Amino acid sequence: MSPEPFLGGTDHTPVRHHILSVLVENKAGVLARIAGLFARRGFNIYSLAVAPAEGNARFSRVTIVVDAQSAPLEQIVGQLDKLVNVVAIKDLAPRDAIERELLLATLSVDNINRASVLDVAANTGASIVDVNAQSVTVMLAGTPKACDHLEKALESFAGVELQRTGRVALPRLDQTAMA
Amino acid sequence: MQLTGAQALIKSLEREGVDTIFGLPGGAILPVYDPILDSSIRHILVRHEQGAGHMAEGYALATGKAGVAMVTSGPGATNIVTPIGNAHMDSTPLVVITGQVATAAIGSDAFQECDITGITMGITKHNFLIQSAHEIPRVVAAAFHLATTGRPGPVLIDLPKDVSQSTMEWWYPSSIEELDLPGYHPDVEIDPRAVAHAVELIGLSERPVLYVGGGALKSRANDALLAFAERTNIPVVTTLMARGAFPDSRPQHLGMPGMHGTYSAVTALQKSDLLIALGARFDDRVTGQLSSFATGAKVIHVDIDRAEFNKVRKADVTLQTNVALALLAFDEANATPLNLDVWWKEIRTWQERYPLAYDAPSDDGPLRPQYVIEAIARAAAPGTIVTSGVGQHQMWASQYWQFEEAGTWVNSGGAGTMGFGVPAAIGAKAGRPDRTVWCIDGDGCFQMTAQELVTARSEGIPIKVAILNNAYLGMVRQWQEMFYEERYSEVYLSADLPDYVKWAEAMGCVGLRASNLHEMHEVIARANEINDVPVVIDFRTDSAEKVFPMVASGSSNDEIMVHPSLRGSSR
Repeated sequence: MSPEPFLGGTDHTPVRHHILSVLVENKAGVLARIAGLFARRGFNIYSLAVAPAEGNARFSRVTIVVDAQSAPLEQIVGQLDKLVNVVAIKDLAPRDAIERELLLATLSVDNINRASVLDVAANTGASIVDVNAQSVTVMLAGTPKACDHLEKALESFAGVELQRTGRVALPRLDQTAMA
Repeated sequence: MQLTGAQALIKSLEREGVDTIFGLPGGAILPVYDPILDSSIRHILVRHEQGAGHMAEGYALATGKAGVAMVTSGPGATNIVTPIGNAHMDSTPLVVITGQVATAAIGSDAFQECDITGITMGITKHNFLIQSAHEIPRVVAAAFHLATTGRPGPVLIDLPKDVSQSTMEWWYPSSIEELDLPGYHPDVEIDPRAVAHAVELIGLSERPVLYVGGGALKSRANDALLAFAERTNIPVVTTLMARGAFPDSRPQHLGMPGMHGTYSAVTALQKSDLLIALGARFDDRVTGQLSSFATGAKVIHVDIDRAEFNKVRKADVTLQTNVALALLAFDEANATPLNLDVWWKEIRTWQERYPLAYDAPSDDGPLRPQYVIEAIARAAAPGTIVTSGVGQHQMWASQYWQFEEAGTWVNSGGAGTMGFGVPAAIGAKAGRPDRTVWCIDGDGCFQMTAQELVTARSEGIPIKVAILNNAYLGMVRQWQEMFYEERYSEVYLSADLPDYVKWAEAMGCVGLRASNLHEMHEVIARANEINDVPVVIDFRTDSAEKVFPMVASGSSNDEIMVHPSLRGSSR
């Protein structure tokens, strides 16, 4: 995993990361095959999300954000395509994709900063999903950039435990299509 | 019809047309060995599982069919990892069946358990862990389909013991769809635009070279290649993996390129203006220093595997298809280069000035290994299959044997697996009993796997083994001499320990020895008279002999070193 910040984004900043939306057979060891391929070929994975696709028990969709500077995208896709359990690969440039990510963060709060946590949540569109006397858990489902903003805003708080899912993505809809 | 999983496996192999299995039984695979007794399939009992794997490779390379090996779980499975890795590097079709502990015991560190599908994930084209006996026919059919189509390669089937003992209702897939491989589409539509672009580049070229790789043999492109090459008169080079794809006897053939290639093959690539790469992958042993490789050449890259495109060398045209189909498409479009007279004149000058060379043999001194190979080749029947290990002897065999047809050169290319030669020769001979099979081996390689001579003798597989015994790990010695100031570290093996003649005799083979030219001719003639048992010849060769030409590792191909006897000529 690369510690560097995401440089892509839905705006037109330089694209370093690419999103591969990979349809795979839902069979034992498929994730190990993908991870093993990336490891032995020296391709970097920035984030990875896996779940059954289209509610289908037979296929899963793996959304892999790859570092296209660690290896040419053509190589990554070509090698990935050789995995027999990989059914289809969509290469999504960030500007051509709708991407979403989920962020959960638990923060220690006291009477003094409780209000500012609620402020941050309100300002970033995050919601409060769990509370007790010492802590608050906030959640944001949004663009990677929105998650970046929230993560940054939470930096000043103490005792933050934060988890992001890594992004999932689908192609942006064609706006020229006729109704 | 109710069958056990074990019976279903053997019946499935029969359905796939398997005639030979190389293997060794053990606990987890035991149930499968029972129905072998009732099968038409010949099982060859090896003495070490690595031998089974290399024999299956030799069988596959000599016959063009998938080789099949079967071993037990745990150490049986790990012992065959090297051949699997070797087959993966050389795209050799292989189906390897491993026994596994019972499904309930998987993950419990049971006796002779190992995660062989995990271990071989990166060195198989695909592997399967069978979960139920019902799957067996589908998995076996899928394994052969995967191993032999597209870019061929090894496929492993891991079969738990309880699955082979359970019963199933017999069935067999009758279509590709039933194989349940939704992600596998080996047949690619040929792209007419890429063909047109390639034809255009060929039409503009004055110094083209056909850079022929192993994919030409895998796609059985010999006839298409000969037709295209003869029509266009484009010079041909065949890589180590492609020897036999184009007849060495044709003057159009410049020989092998690469680290120990001929001067003309290496230099033709360097000076070319168009490389037509046919099932070749720009291996570092061919390109030398990449930044100075064929800098003036455009590249047409034909390969069935698109992941090879632009992996090493950027191509101007990529054409994903098999080599034979590409050549037919080029012919159909009448792809023709410009006049090649000047190019050929230049190439002929290099050939005349820098042929393959070695010092003349003396009557009583140690033998010249190159001369031994030429003498064996001269006395060999046409169509003789040659296998080798890895090292100096392999390079000399590739350089000095004249290969005329596909499947006559069986060696370990990409992986460089020492010890490949003897078991590969046994497998080749098992697959092609009509052919003479010579293994040109080194003394270091021979010692790694020669216990399989017992297999050869007991199974009645009369191979011939020529040990070029220079008492050293010769290639490493050569590098230490040339690049480590003659500081020889851990390369001396002794010419007399072991006694190779006694070794051969102990294993039921005929053992012969030759230390001078007279003996050499005598033992070769004697070996050719023996056709019922394996023959091993200990040829005492000069340990100082080095392989030339040579491009030092990491150097530019422009810095090719020819044999010392050819240096300093400034004609």
